[in-house]
Amino acid sequence: MRGQEPRSSSSCAACKFMKRRCTPQCLFAPYFRADEPNKFAKVHKVFGASNVTKILNEVPEPQRHDAVNSLVFEAEERLKDPVYGCIGAIASLQDKMFQLQHDLALAKARLARCSSRTSYASCSTTSPFLMLDGDFGMTSFDDFTVDQSGLASDFRQHPFP
Amino acid sequence: MSSKRCAVCKYFRRRCPPDCIFSPYFPPNNPQRFTCVHRIYGASNIGKMLEELNVEDRVIAIETLCYEASCRIQDPVYGCVGLIPWLEHELNITQTQLAKTRAKISFVHANYVARGEPFIQQSGV
Repeated sequence: MRGQEPRSSSSCAACKFMKRRCTPQCLFAPYFRADEPNKFAKVHKVFGASNVTKILNEVPEPQRHDAVNSLVFEAEERLKDPVYGCIGAIASLQDKMFQLQHDLALAKARLARCSSRTSYASCSTTSPFLMLDGDFGMTSFDDFTVDQSGLASDFRQHPFP
Repeated sequence: MSSKRCAVCKYFRRRCPPDCIFSPYFPPNNPQRFTCVHRIYGASNIGKMLEELNVEDRVIAIETLCYEASCRIQDPVYGCVGLIPWLEHELNITQTQLAKTRAKISFVHANYVARGEPFIQQSGV
C-alpha cells in the first residue's frame, strides 16, 4: 500500500522531477542530488528516465557515476547542438589532430633534410646540437613516420562517416 | 496496411502513413539502425528531436544519434564521450612533439647562421 512505503527524508532530483516518492533504494538518488535539478532534466529530455534506468542497470555500480556523468555530458551537448550533439566536439578535435599530424610530418621531414646536411649528423658528442638534443629527449629520425596506429585503431572501432 | 512500412512502423506493427516522420531515415531494410537508437533514446524522444529540426538538418541529426547510440551500446559507461579525453591527450602529445621538432629546426638554423651557410626557409613548418 502506498502509505506503507518507506519515505526518503528528501527526494532526489529524479523523483522530484517525476513527482514520485523517492525510496531508499532509488537507483537515481546517488547520482542526481536534489540540489542539481537541471542535471536530471537534461538527461530525461534526451534519453528518458526508463532508458537511463536500463543503461544504469547494465553498468556495474562502481562505474555508475562515470556513466551518469557521460550521459549528462551527451545530453548537454545534444541540447546545445541538436544536429551534431557531442559528435561536433569529437569531429573538431579529430580535425585538429589530423592538422597537427600533418604539420608534424612536414616538420620532421624538414628537420631530416636540414640535419642531413650538417656535420653534426655524424653524432659527435661535442656537438652543441646533440647536447641540446639531449635536453629535448633526442629521438632518432627513424620515428619520422607519424604513428597513427593508435588513432586509426580507435576510429576503426568507432568509425564515424 | 502500407506494403512499404518504415523500420519504425514495422517495429511497432502499425500503419506507416505517407507523412511518417521516421520513414526517410529508417528504411525497412535496416531494422537494426532503429532498434539501436530506440534502445538508447526511445522512439518518442527521437520523434520530438526530429520535429524540432529543419528538414535539411534531420539527416545529419539521425546519423549522429545512430553513431552515439551504437557507441553507448558498445560502451555503456562512456559511450562516445570516452573519445574526447583520449583525443585531447593525443593532441597534447602531438603538440609537444611538434614544438620539440620546431625547436630542433631552430637550432639547426642557428648552426647554419653561425657557420655562415645558407639555410633554405620553407613556409608553414
